[in-house]
Amino acid sequence: MSVGQLITVTVNGEEKSAEVEPRLLLVHFLREKLRLTGTHIGCDTTHCGACTVLVDGTPVKSCTMLAVQADGQQVTTVEGLMTGGALHPIQAAFKEEHGLQCGFCTPGMMLTSVALLKENQDPTDDDIRWALSGNICRCTGYMNIVKAVKTAAVQMKAAAAVPAETAAVRS
Amino acid sequence: MAVETPLKGNIGDSIKRKEDDRFIRGKGNYLDDVNLPGMLHMAINRSPFAHARIKSINTAAAQAVPGVVAVVTGELLAQHKLAWMPTLSGDTQAVLATDKVRFQGQEVACVIANDPYVARDAAALIEVDYDVLQAVVNPQQALKPGAPLIRDEKEGQKDNHIYHWEAGDKAKTDEAFSKADRVVKLDTFYPRCHPSPLETCGIVADVNPATGHATLWMTSQAPHAHRTLFAIVAGLPEQNIRIISPDIGGGFGNKVPIYPGYVVATAASLLIGKPVKWVEDRSENLISTGFARDYYMSGELALRNDGRMLGLRVKMLSDNGAFYADAQPTKFRAGLFHIVTGSYDLPAAHVETDGAYTNKAPGGVAYRCSFRVTEASYLIERLVESAALEMKMDPTEIRLKNFIQPEQFPYMSATGFEYDSGNYPKAMQVALDKLGYKELRKEQAEKRKKGELMGIGVASFTEVVGAGPGKHYDIAGLRMFDSAELRVHPTGKAILKLGVKSQGQGHETTFAQIVTEELGIPAADIEVQEGDTDNTPYGLGTYASRSTPVGGAATAMVSRKLRDKAKIIAAHLLEASAADIEFDHGKFFVRGSPSKSKTIQDVAFAAYTNLPDGLEAGLEGVTYYDPPNMTYPFGTYLVVVDIDRGTGQVKVRRMVAVDDCGVRINPMVVEGQIHGGLTEGFGIAFMELITFDEEGNCIGSNFTDYLLPTSWETPKFEMGETVTPSPHHPIGAKGVGESATVGSPAAYVNAVIDAVGHLGIRNIDMPVTSDKVWAALNEKGAAE
Repeated sequence: MSVGQLITVTVNGEEKSAEVEPRLLLVHFLREKLRLTGTHIGCDTTHCGACTVLVDGTPVKSCTMLAVQADGQQVTTVEGLMTGGALHPIQAAFKEEHGLQCGFCTPGMMLTSVALLKENQDPTDDDIRWALSGNICRCTGYMNIVKAVKTAAVQMKAAAAVPAETAAVRS
Repeated sequence: MAVETPLKGNIGDSIKRKEDDRFIRGKGNYLDDVNLPGMLHMAINRSPFAHARIKSINTAAAQAVPGVVAVVTGELLAQHKLAWMPTLSGDTQAVLATDKVRFQGQEVACVIANDPYVARDAAALIEVDYDVLQAVVNPQQALKPGAPLIRDEKEGQKDNHIYHWEAGDKAKTDEAFSKADRVVKLDTFYPRCHPSPLETCGIVADVNPATGHATLWMTSQAPHAHRTLFAIVAGLPEQNIRIISPDIGGGFGNKVPIYPGYVVATAASLLIGKPVKWVEDRSENLISTGFARDYYMSGELALRNDGRMLGLRVKMLSDNGAFYADAQPTKFRAGLFHIVTGSYDLPAAHVETDGAYTNKAPGGVAYRCSFRVTEASYLIERLVESAALEMKMDPTEIRLKNFIQPEQFPYMSATGFEYDSGNYPKAMQVALDKLGYKELRKEQAEKRKKGELMGIGVASFTEVVGAGPGKHYDIAGLRMFDSAELRVHPTGKAILKLGVKSQGQGHETTFAQIVTEELGIPAADIEVQEGDTDNTPYGLGTYASRSTPVGGAATAMVSRKLRDKAKIIAAHLLEASAADIEFDHGKFFVRGSPSKSKTIQDVAFAAYTNLPDGLEAGLEGVTYYDPPNMTYPFGTYLVVVDIDRGTGQVKVRRMVAVDDCGVRINPMVVEGQIHGGLTEGFGIAFMELITFDEEGNCIGSNFTDYLLPTSWETPKFEMGETVTPSPHHPIGAKGVGESATVGSPAAYVNAVIDAVGHLGIRNIDMPVTSDKVWAALNEKGAAE
């Protein structure tokens, strides 16, 4: 076993420190060390996007990033999408529009969508399809995923229009 | 804001899915999420060669790695009689190679370690000395005299031929051909592809050394059948084996077989006395687990000059890889391939199929398909397209002329299937109207004048799903019935336990809806459980679109069984005779007096608190349903493509899908299933390919080479439906999980051929990639 390296990563708002092997992948750090199993592994080669998390707000395929590279950064996983007891609008929309079937790609899809919606509050179908083209879904055929992202966009715009203290979603 | 009445979840209600609540929170429980105290990890050393004799295996370096607990070789397994295992098609397959390796990626040795990284490090240190042999990479080569014998360990096996199988009537078909005005022929290859569920396969095996109980978490589409086979293979008492198939991240047939990794991990847990986890990586999944198709098909259609079909003759050669590990019913060596007569009233047909061993991964599973139905549907729909081209008929006209007519059902096909119901002209008409077919044909003619390539593809498929009946269909001898157990609790809530197992299809929602329809208990009050063999009744599992046709029927029948008992209890509560009790939407009342009624909840409570004399307490039951026939979903798919003459690139402009799967339980879920199938069909038609070089190296061993459709290239789909209920299914449903994968590849390819057929191009084998299209155009002097 190689010598460990101490890292501190803020995961879903909580600071997590651990000694890890330098070769440990971020996805394994999240799944095995922190037991955050909502982040899945689908291909090992950065193609499928099942392992997508947000690192400082940017979607990253965590099977191709080392845990040590995330040292000092903010990581958001699917487990961090809810605020209090409330679903993030993207979560609610995926259910509402039947944007998932087996659920395996869903966390990665939602996190990539969240990053898109932060940049683009009113995305077209093509904007969404392009943004999600690094996340493979084998079940849904994408149509309902696109619909879900659009529904979430509408919800988020509506929520942003109400005063901050009553907003159910975080900015 | 208007208040909407929440849907109760009756049949036809598009209620939202229950299972989504955990998935959207990242709280699904997939195989790799299972972690047990003291759990060890397994990694597999695989053959780099397609065909080689093993001279020696040196495990010393691997064993010396700190953290390694054990190294398992075939020799060790042989001491426990586990070096070979039976396949689901009655052949044998090496668990770990002892004599030869027979495909690249074959399992040779396993390392068990306390850490997954350590296990992989050590697996790479196992030294295997190979004597490389000539590889056989296609069935034509395999069947040549003097070809290297792949299965030399099999007694009596003198060549690489696996089986010969026929269906239909040869003499009658020959006669039909002798009377034909013309014969149209098509040779086509349906290449090897892979179901590639996003979650790979895996196991956590936990054999308790004190009790001998084995708890096996497995990515299994058929946990009960797998339990029985484990009992037989490993010699473990069946009552000591509990298979738990947790949430499955997609299956599509890939999780039907039993893989060597499952067996080794279980054996290792038994020998070491600790839980052992094995999860494949993607390359392992693509190079070693159940592939699909790899069929060389040759079809001939005998026709009259007016376009009427007289007979069909098919010869098929399948590449089964190194072990015959399809999962086919025993009597049907090529599955249900003889549904190849499709939607057409063909008076005569004859099908001959042969299978061959090659030095390629075993499998031949149905990739979102019911036992080779996809290959059959592809062949007939492509052949009809060829006939239309050669006879200069519109592809819809030739189909309409030959469709089995609605009044002909039940219809006995020339190869022995009894089609239950259908209305093919209607489904086609709905599709044509939706597309605006005539206008598009005009546009195509205009474009053709300008030299532009546009095509409209048609496929009017019929598939056959929902096996049994058990008297004809089995898996490894197990009859293909399925089961449902329903327990209604005193408070009127219920739990439904099934022998089938969802991999994303939404059973927790849709099967509850069947109970809602039959008993009136809201779907929200019904918990559906599957996948745990200790806690569900025996069933054959979910594949071949059989859950709704068989498990769904069992659910309706057990609900009706409980309803009959509920009537007796309601009669007691209403002080009437059970014969006078009627049931409507969850209420029981005396005929003619619907105002005075008892709810199903009242009756459920009485079943535990206030029973008539002599009646057993409780409101529970179990039904094992053996279907009287299979069901025959159908539909028409239309595809419009534009082709760039300069690059050969095919752009799918439109895709209209009209499906008839009988009664739709949850239309939202049904459409979702069709979207997914159309996408996989698109991938198969244009992108997905697993091929091999002449040394047997797998090309397609990762997602860089094995291309799956993403959101960017996947077309948008336009949906339509007709509803022709199955006459023999209790709720008239037919099953829909696979229709779109079965029907759509031919529609996509026919669209391409429709665009280029006038240039003399008759066929381009899948995947129809730009380079192939351009080469075909170039050959005809039509490329730019």
